[in-house]
Amino acid sequence: MTGYLVRRTAQAIVVVFGVVLLTFLLSKLIPGGYARAALGQRATPLAIAQFNHQHGYDLPIYQQFWNYVWGIVRHGDLGFSYKYNQTVRSLIATKIPKTLVLVGLSTIFALVIAVPLGILQVIRRNKPVDYALTGASFVGYSMPAFLLGQLLILWFAIDLHVFEFEAPQASSVAGILADPRGWILPVFSLSAITIAGFSRYMRSSMMETLTEDYIRTARAKGASPSRVLFRHALRNALIPIITLLGLTLPAIVGGAIITETVFNYPGMGLLTTNAATQNDLPLLIGTTFIAAVATVVGNLIADILYAVVDPRVRYD
Amino acid sequence: MTAGSASEQRAPGAAPEPAGGEAQQQFGGGLTIQLVRVFAENRLAVVGLAIIVFAILFCWIGPLFYHTNQTDSQAALLHSIQNAAPSGAHPLGTDATGFDILGRIMYGGQISLEVGFAAAGIATLVGVLVGAVSGFFGGFVDTILMRFVDVLLSVPILYLLIVLAVIFSPSVEILILVIGFTAWLVPARLVRGETLSLRVREFVQAVRVMGGGGTRIVLRHIIPNTIGTIIVNATFQVADAILLLAALGFIGLGVPSPQTDWGSMLSNGVSYAFDGYWWEIYPTGIAIVLVVVAFNFVGDALRDAFEVRLQRR
Repeated sequence: MTGYLVRRTAQAIVVVFGVVLLTFLLSKLIPGGYARAALGQRATPLAIAQFNHQHGYDLPIYQQFWNYVWGIVRHGDLGFSYKYNQTVRSLIATKIPKTLVLVGLSTIFALVIAVPLGILQVIRRNKPVDYALTGASFVGYSMPAFLLGQLLILWFAIDLHVFEFEAPQASSVAGILADPRGWILPVFSLSAITIAGFSRYMRSSMMETLTEDYIRTARAKGASPSRVLFRHALRNALIPIITLLGLTLPAIVGGAIITETVFNYPGMGLLTTNAATQNDLPLLIGTTFIAAVATVVGNLIADILYAVVDPRVRYD
Repeated sequence: MTAGSASEQRAPGAAPEPAGGEAQQQFGGGLTIQLVRVFAENRLAVVGLAIIVFAILFCWIGPLFYHTNQTDSQAALLHSIQNAAPSGAHPLGTDATGFDILGRIMYGGQISLEVGFAAAGIATLVGVLVGAVSGFFGGFVDTILMRFVDVLLSVPILYLLIVLAVIFSPSVEILILVIGFTAWLVPARLVRGETLSLRVREFVQAVRVMGGGGTRIVLRHIIPNTIGTIIVNATFQVADAILLLAALGFIGLGVPSPQTDWGSMLSNGVSYAFDGYWWEIYPTGIAIVLVVVAFNFVGDALRDAFEVRLQRR
């Protein structure tokens, strides 16, 4: 187990290093480099040369890469946003807690909805309820996320006045949480992408578990159907969900861009959209880096949890 | 068994799953027919296929009969009413520029479907090649390629897409390339997995004994045997690409105006829908959901059809 932990963590570190390399290469793909992005299309060659010299962009490429890596390792330096006139690090740092709240709440919400739905579909399999839910999850999966968010605004905020049409704008996390009328719609619309996948997965995972020998043993002992379902099948069927959580993390983190933009939720996703529309490449590459690192860490946690929870899996 | 004839038999039909040796014998040459039968038994899949065929006809044949101006915004602004409700002249009303929405769904659908198919094609081609090479040659090549895939997979795809779309200002061609080159990771992993189990099988050893080189084995024996996985995944890729293009359109990185796609139409229409102009989102929304659902139905059914265990019911 310890060996597995060490190896898995080492692998995650390699991937993070790869992400550093990838984001560095992306910044080198920009036509004209950061200089053009910062100074605009009409900048004189002299100004560009000065800019490049000042920021060390005229050094040999391996030197630049080393400076980039060292900057990140030493003081989390992700560059400078010329549009906001602030370091990318400080811009992102204030937004991360808010996005974590959104992503965390959505994940919990998705599980709370999807697991019972999956079980319901197993109990009523091939009955109208099963078909209806399968159909609904197909539609949920097939709808552009921004469309769902905006339809929710249209129906529940503008027509029915049940919820706010905009996310809470409070500057603190506590302030955001204090306003459920504001955050329910964004949380629901972000979790909708995953609810569809989770419940389908839960359904098939449960079906598969029900064919196991130990289920037949439990039934033969005379355990009641509900006891077999919840005590024997559900616990084992839940295990793969941990892996699925890790795997869907990129989709949720990416989906937060859309959700935050639809609801004007002041997190990292909205910051990303603004960076994209304003051509703020240092900021955009910075948020991409953070999103990728968050995904790697999330996956690492999911894998370790899996190893802890499932004693049948032994990694030697 | 000569290498050539073996792959000719396998190539058009659908190749068995790694564990499907006996099933292959059982069905012999009728594998394709079997496949069609399992597919056709699934009513949802037939409906899905019908929707896709209809959408293609609607978007490309439709404009031949239903003439509308979709490219000249100047003329649209001058000569038609903006945000007009559905009427005889405009069955689905007009948008904020004055473009006829029914015609615009055809026009935007062309681009959505084009990007969907082309990006899925690129993703599949790149993914299959990388996966097969990685799995077949193993060792150092495999380690490097798979670490590369790990790194790219850890970046949420929407982030990567946005960065690339901002760096290379979007046009239809750029969007196809950008989506295609971010979406090949999953097929690469799938094909690598299958290749790992295929490369130790007897028929591959036989080709090797007969002197077939690595390139020949990969292109004529390994890849044709993963065709089931490839086709199923490609179907889902089309659906995903249409949705990714829509997401980019929403952020403002979609196809440049006056060109449009379903996603851009929706994100433009939504603010007007808040004013009660429902026709600016519902018809387009229904179109995109129907088509994406259809591709998912077809993909699911194809997966069942290729699944040998289910064929033996």
